[in-house]
Amino acid sequence: MGLELFNTLILSLLVVVAILSLYVRDLVVSAVIFGIYSFLMCLLWAEMGAVDVAFTEATVGAGVSTVVLIATVFNLKRKAKD
Amino acid sequence: MKRVAVIVVLLIGLLLAWAVRDFPSWGDPHAPASSSPVSSHFISSTGVDTEVPNMVTAVLADYRGFDTMFETVVVFIAGLAVVSILRGGPRRRTRDREFVVNFEPDLIVTNTVRLIVPVIQIFAFYVLAHGHVSPGGGFQGGVAMGASFILIALSWDLKTALARFPLDRCFTVAALGIVIYAGIGLLSMFLGGEFLDYAHLAEAFPVSPEMARYHAMLGVEIGVGFTVTAIMFALYASLSTDGRMRDGL
Amino acid sequence: MFEEGSIFTQLLVERLNYFIYVVLLLIGLWAMIAKNNLIKKLIGMSIFQTAIILFYVSIGVKEGATIPIYLPEHDPHASHGSAEHNDAAVSGPQVLEVSEVSGYTNPLPHVLMLTAIVVGVATLGLALSICLRIYRGYGTVEEDDLLLKLEQEDSRNAGGFKKRRPRKRPSSTKASSGAAQAVSSEKSKSDRAGQGNRRSRSKSPAKKTQSSSTSDGKKPARRRPRPKKPKERDS
Repeated sequence: MGLELFNTLILSLLVVVAILSLYVRDLVVSAVIFGIYSFLMCLLWAEMGAVDVAFTEATVGAGVSTVVLIATVFNLKRKAKD
Repeated sequence: MKRVAVIVVLLIGLLLAWAVRDFPSWGDPHAPASSSPVSSHFISSTGVDTEVPNMVTAVLADYRGFDTMFETVVVFIAGLAVVSILRGGPRRRTRDREFVVNFEPDLIVTNTVRLIVPVIQIFAFYVLAHGHVSPGGGFQGGVAMGASFILIALSWDLKTALARFPLDRCFTVAALGIVIYAGIGLLSMFLGGEFLDYAHLAEAFPVSPEMARYHAMLGVEIGVGFTVTAIMFALYASLSTDGRMRDGL
Repeated sequence: MFEEGSIFTQLLVERLNYFIYVVLLLIGLWAMIAKNNLIKKLIGMSIFQTAIILFYVSIGVKEGATIPIYLPEHDPHASHGSAEHNDAAVSGPQVLEVSEVSGYTNPLPHVLMLTAIVVGVATLGLALSICLRIYRGYGTVEEDDLLLKLEQEDSRNAGGFKKRRPRKRPSSTKASSGAAQAVSSEKSKSDRAGQGNRRSRSKSPAKKTQSSSTSDGKKPARRRPRPKKPKERDS
C-alpha cells in the first residue's frame, strides 16, 4: 500500500510538472522544470525495478538534456510568447 | 489552431482510454510481454550463456548487440549533424543575448570543480567497467564522463574545456568507439562465427566461450562509452556557442 | 460512479498508471501542435517520448519480482555468492526454473528503452541545433512570426524571379524547373559570396578580441549586449 501511495503521488506530480513546464513563459525556468520532470521519471523507474533505465534517465534526462536546453536558450530569446 | 489541437488531442485521448481497458492488469506475471518465450529465455539462460549477472547488460551488448551498435551509430551521426548544421553559414550580426555572463571564472567554483572532476571521471570508469554486475554500462558511464567535461566548460569557460578535449579529437574518439565495437564484431566473424558472435573469440584467447562473451561485452561497452562521451561534449560545445566554438556559456 | 466494473473504476483505480501515461502523452501531443515557441514544442516532444518509454517499462513489471540482476543464489560467479550457497555455485551456473524466472522483472523492455533515452537526447540536440539555425536566419523561434517572415521571403523571391527570368541554364530541359533551379542557384551563389565576405571580415576582429582578452581579461568587451539594430539580415 505504501508503495502504491508513492506511485500515485509521483504520477500526479508528473502531470503537474509537465503542465507547469509548458505553462511557464521563461524558457530557462521551463528547462529547469523539465529537469525536475526527468528526475521524477527516474524515481518512478527505480520503483518499477528498471534500475538501468533509471540510471540512464538520471544521467541523460536530468543531467545532460537540461544543460543542453539551457545552453540553447542562452543563444535564443529567453522569453516565450506563450 | 488551438481549437483544432484540443479536438484532435481529445479524440486521440478517447481512443487511447478505450484501449487502456484492454491492457493486462498492473504487474500481472502472466501478461503477454512477461510470459513470452524470448524474455523467459533471457532471464533463465543469461547466466549459463554469458556468466553476466546483470541481464540488461547481457541483452544490450550480446543478444541484441547489432541493435546497440546502430544506436551508437545514430548518436554519432546526430553529433556530426549538429556540428555541421551549426558550423559556417551566414550569421546575424546583432545578437541580443539576455544572459549577462560574468567573464571571470569564480574562484570557489573552479576550485570545487577541480576537486570534483577527477571523482566524476573515476566514477564514470567504475560505472562503465562494473556494468556487468550492477546497474550501469557504456551509455551511463559515457554520459557521466561527458558531463565532467561539460562541468569544466561551465565553471571555467569553453576554451579551457576545448583545450583539454578539442572538437576534432571528439570526433576521432567517437569514430574510434564505433570502430572498437564493429572491430570486435568483425574479429568474431573472422574467427569463424557470425558478426558479433562473441563466443568464437575463445578460439583466439585462452578463455572459455562464456568468459569470451563476458569480456567482449566489456570491450563493446568501452566502445559505446567512447562515442557517447565525445558526442555529449560536442553537443554541448556547439549548442552553447551557436557553432562558433568560442565565448560560450 | 465508482461501483465495481464501471468504466471509471477501470480507468482511475485499476489502471491508474496507464491512464496517467495517456494523459502525459496527450499533454506532449497538445504542446507539439498548439504551442507557439519551438523550444516549448521540443519539450512537448520529450514529454511525449518519456510517456511512451514509461509505458514500455511498465509492461515489463511483475508483481513481487526483483530487479533484473541475479540474486546471490543464481549468481554465475561463486565469489559473489554468500557462503551457504557456495556448494550450488561449484557445479556451475544452471538454467533457471520457470518459477524462478517469474521472480525477475522482464529485462527486454528495459534494454529497448535504455538505448531510446540516449538516442532521444541526441535527437533533441539535433532539433535544438535546427532551432538555433532558424533563429540565425529569421531572428525568431516563434511559429507565427516565422510563418510571417517566410511569407515575406517568398513574395520577395517571387519578385526577383521575374527579373531573373532571362538567365537560362544551358542544361535545363523543362522551362519551369530550369527557372526554379536558376533562382536557387542564384540564391546559393549570393549566400556563398556572403559567407566569403563574412569570413574575410571576421578574421581580424576575432584575433583582436582574443589578444585583448589575454592581455586584459577583466574587460568583458564582447559580453556587453550591443544596441539592437532594427535592420534585418539581407538575403
